[in-house]
Amino acid sequence: MNSTLKVIAMMVAVMVPAASAVAAETQATKKSMELKEVDSDANKVSSANVFNRLLKKPKEKNAAPPEDGIHDPGNEGSHVLQPPLVSYEGLPTSEFGNYVDWVQSLQKGLLNPRYDRVDPSVEALVMDLDIVREVKASMPDVVFPHKPHTQWLHCSNCHPKIFIPQKGANQINMSAILLGQKCGVCHGKVSFPITTLSCKKCHSKPKPDDWKPPLSSASVKNPWR
Amino acid sequence: MNIKNTMELLGRWLVLASFAGLIALFLPAPAQAEYADVVINNYADAAGMRPVVFPHWYHRIRFRCKVCHADLGFAFKAGGNKITMAKIIDGQFCGACHNGEISWSVENCGMCHSGVPGTPTQIHGSTVQRLVAPAYKSLQDGKPADAQDKPADKVEAKPAK
Repeated sequence: MNSTLKVIAMMVAVMVPAASAVAAETQATKKSMELKEVDSDANKVSSANVFNRLLKKPKEKNAAPPEDGIHDPGNEGSHVLQPPLVSYEGLPTSEFGNYVDWVQSLQKGLLNPRYDRVDPSVEALVMDLDIVREVKASMPDVVFPHKPHTQWLHCSNCHPKIFIPQKGANQINMSAILLGQKCGVCHGKVSFPITTLSCKKCHSKPKPDDWKPPLSSASVKNPWR
Repeated sequence: MNIKNTMELLGRWLVLASFAGLIALFLPAPAQAEYADVVINNYADAAGMRPVVFPHWYHRIRFRCKVCHADLGFAFKAGGNKITMAKIIDGQFCGACHNGEISWSVENCGMCHSGVPGTPTQIHGSTVQRLVAPAYKSLQDGKPADAQDKPADKVEAKPAK
């Protein structure tokens, strides 16, 4: 038993330095160092007692393709691809997503993406109509602006498959959106994501001053109230 | 006796440390890729090609969403279009532009097929991927939601079907 362990130990001990030397240039080494530190701390005190156990590591913004963890650095094509930061120079910034405010970029004329595959002169079919959706809970009401949406999209992208073009016909809730339904078909995937920083982009119409949140029935019936 | 004990301890420590190192090496490096980069791996891995990485940001600078998602018929779903090279050389999907006229042509395999082999189909940085617990697991799967105890960066997004 012991001898088997020792053999394994020796094999692994030989493999590890060799393998880490290969990965020395990448972030993988950093990651393994971090992990080892955490492991050694774990001997002293429970590793559960740390800050942000479930919080993702802050991401390095707009990494170039070969360093982004998704493109294979061993592929020559990955090194030819344009790094995003080169493209984003001069564009208005935002705090989430690509960290670029795409709608502002378009409206300020900093970008002029084609509306037609081949003809650059085709103008977008823009409709300026705001839809207000009242929200049951205390969050500000949602204002859906057609204008920025139609600047990018065609009516048929949303209607009638995702949203029935009729008042009151669409049940929308945040759970559905977070799971990629309704607004979540784009928001949270390509257009600005759902984070604490972006709530107010949709929930933008404050409730009237005399508005009070409806009490839950459990609260109304509470005998100790 | 003492020396033997120490050696044993050292051996165990070595085993542990080296396994930790090995695991760390095989864990995917935290992806820093651009928001909305789409990895498409319906068929690529099986065909011995790297998965395709589609950069949304690059394309939206040049085209509005409407061009691909209304005119060219791309569904709003990663991997949902079942794109194959046969369709592309017929001028469908990517092939509508990547034909040597509007953009570079299909002989530049590695420009699209540039993903880390084995990466599942996904939209990188999507809200579903950022949820701490897996978004939804059907009861029929019959597996406990053990992933909830894992740190967030070890919970992998389920490949889209």
